[in-house]
Amino acid sequence: MGNTLRNDTVSAPGQETGSRKQSKPVSTYLYHREKVRLGALLALPMTWLIGVYIVSLFLLLITAFWVVNPFTSRVSPGFTLDNFISVFTVPAYLSTSLRTLGMALAVTAISVLLAVPLGIYMAKLASPTMRNLLAVAITLPLWAGYLVKILAMRLVFTENGFINWALGSVGVSSPGFTMWTAIITLTYLWFPYMALPVFTAIRQIPGNLFDASSDLGGKAFITIFRVVLPLIVPAIIAGSVFTFSLSLGDYLAARFTGGATQMIGSIIASNINLNPPVAAAFSMVPIAFVVMYLMVARRTGSLERM
Amino acid sequence: MLRVSRSTRLVFLSIVAAIIVFMYLPLLVVVLNSFNKARLSEWPIREFSLDWWQFAATYEPIRAALLNSVIVASAAMFFAAVFGTLVAFALNRYEFFGKSTVNLLVVLPIALPGVVTGVAFSNTYSNFLSPIGIDIGYFGLIVSHATFCIVMVFNNVFARMKRMNPSLQEASLDLGAGLWETFRLVTFPQFRSSFIAGALLAFALSFDEVYVTIFTAPPGVDTLPLWILKEMSRPNQASVVNVVATVIILLSLIPVYISQRLARADDESA
Repeated sequence: MGNTLRNDTVSAPGQETGSRKQSKPVSTYLYHREKVRLGALLALPMTWLIGVYIVSLFLLLITAFWVVNPFTSRVSPGFTLDNFISVFTVPAYLSTSLRTLGMALAVTAISVLLAVPLGIYMAKLASPTMRNLLAVAITLPLWAGYLVKILAMRLVFTENGFINWALGSVGVSSPGFTMWTAIITLTYLWFPYMALPVFTAIRQIPGNLFDASSDLGGKAFITIFRVVLPLIVPAIIAGSVFTFSLSLGDYLAARFTGGATQMIGSIIASNINLNPPVAAAFSMVPIAFVVMYLMVARRTGSLERM
Repeated sequence: MLRVSRSTRLVFLSIVAAIIVFMYLPLLVVVLNSFNKARLSEWPIREFSLDWWQFAATYEPIRAALLNSVIVASAAMFFAAVFGTLVAFALNRYEFFGKSTVNLLVVLPIALPGVVTGVAFSNTYSNFLSPIGIDIGYFGLIVSHATFCIVMVFNNVFARMKRMNPSLQEASLDLGAGLWETFRLVTFPQFRSSFIAGALLAFALSFDEVYVTIFTAPPGVDTLPLWILKEMSRPNQASVVNVVATVIILLSLIPVYISQRLARADDESA
């Protein structure tokens, strides 16, 4: 260390001092002006995010008020509330919104039912090696590819697929492609987002709480319901934000494993070329649901821990 | 500790086993089907072969799609890396009005459903830019991907910066280094691994993205997920799709694996 320092000082007079003495006008200028530095840092990214993304969202909102010429089917500027009204009055649209909401809630509920026992086992019953293995095992599929997983579910539930082969001999046949299959696929896609926070939360529960509970006569299941569950509610809500909002915006799972099941996204996608204003108005529905869900979640105070 | 009876432990163990089977068995069916000799996917597999791997290796549409995916993901990764780092610096070093709004802006593209982001971009491209004569084409796909990738780099770099010691940079400035020199020699090496980790996650995210891609890909341009989507839309499942799916599983796991190693490397050196 000492050597390198001395080397630097020795070589400095020859090459470096000249430029050092001139000082660094740009650096000096910026050093004294915090606002300029901040502006320089934020200029590009904010131009991009606001100029490209926020403007696009805003234009989408504007388009929702525009009209489509029925003869040329071209979009033209105008002002009509019809597109928004159709979201609430066309029975197929309304039922699709409600169905999507129900499916997203079902996915969330199933994920919780699976994540709690998994988390308890991983955090409090498994050996350390087993715990690490399982932690990797539930994280890896997050990145295995979205379409790959939908494809995988198709191969499991299809006519000559895995379920009919494995369970056919015991008389169970695949339900085929129904709304419930789509819900299973969505659970398959988003379950790790619930499993990870629930596991982390259960791990953080101190062991002596369990001792206290059993000293007071609480059996395992009483301890789980009266001690564990109340403590992991924030983690469940944090996980549910993902399972809920990711399911809400999805439509490919329904398209490929749900048979004729339509979701909000299906309606947006099928209208984007034929009737962009209706697609635009309909895109506000998932935004509204997600914002409402976030507001409810925020009231519980669980979002700060995410 | 949580004490449970033997039978309760067994119940838990079987639930966990069922979950792991539920998570991995479908993926296994896909991977094994990529070695299926039959033209259509099925289970059980009657005869294994490498035919579809060979076919996929030379099949032009797959190559073109793979090339597009790599180009888009690389370009998106580049923009995301630059913007994500800049925002991480701003939010980490400065207190200013609208700080939480800036944070929200970075997260929003991934927080809103992909279909909304996709429709918003597509609407801008085709109903606003196109009528005034701007055909954004391929670049539009890159723009939209970069937008939702920024958060990946931002998250990684920001988390690392919070734990960095600011006095090192002050020392560097006191010793006469300029801002750029300080960044290059003092600041950047401290968060280099997190930066690369974030960039790799951005690449993986873009590589796998479907919804925004559906709406913003110009006509005739397929990324790998779009190619799979087209194949899946046919009535029967061709075995060659499973080959591409297996490649995607591998290609998205590698960057994630490296990025987790790197993130750990930064923490250990700190």
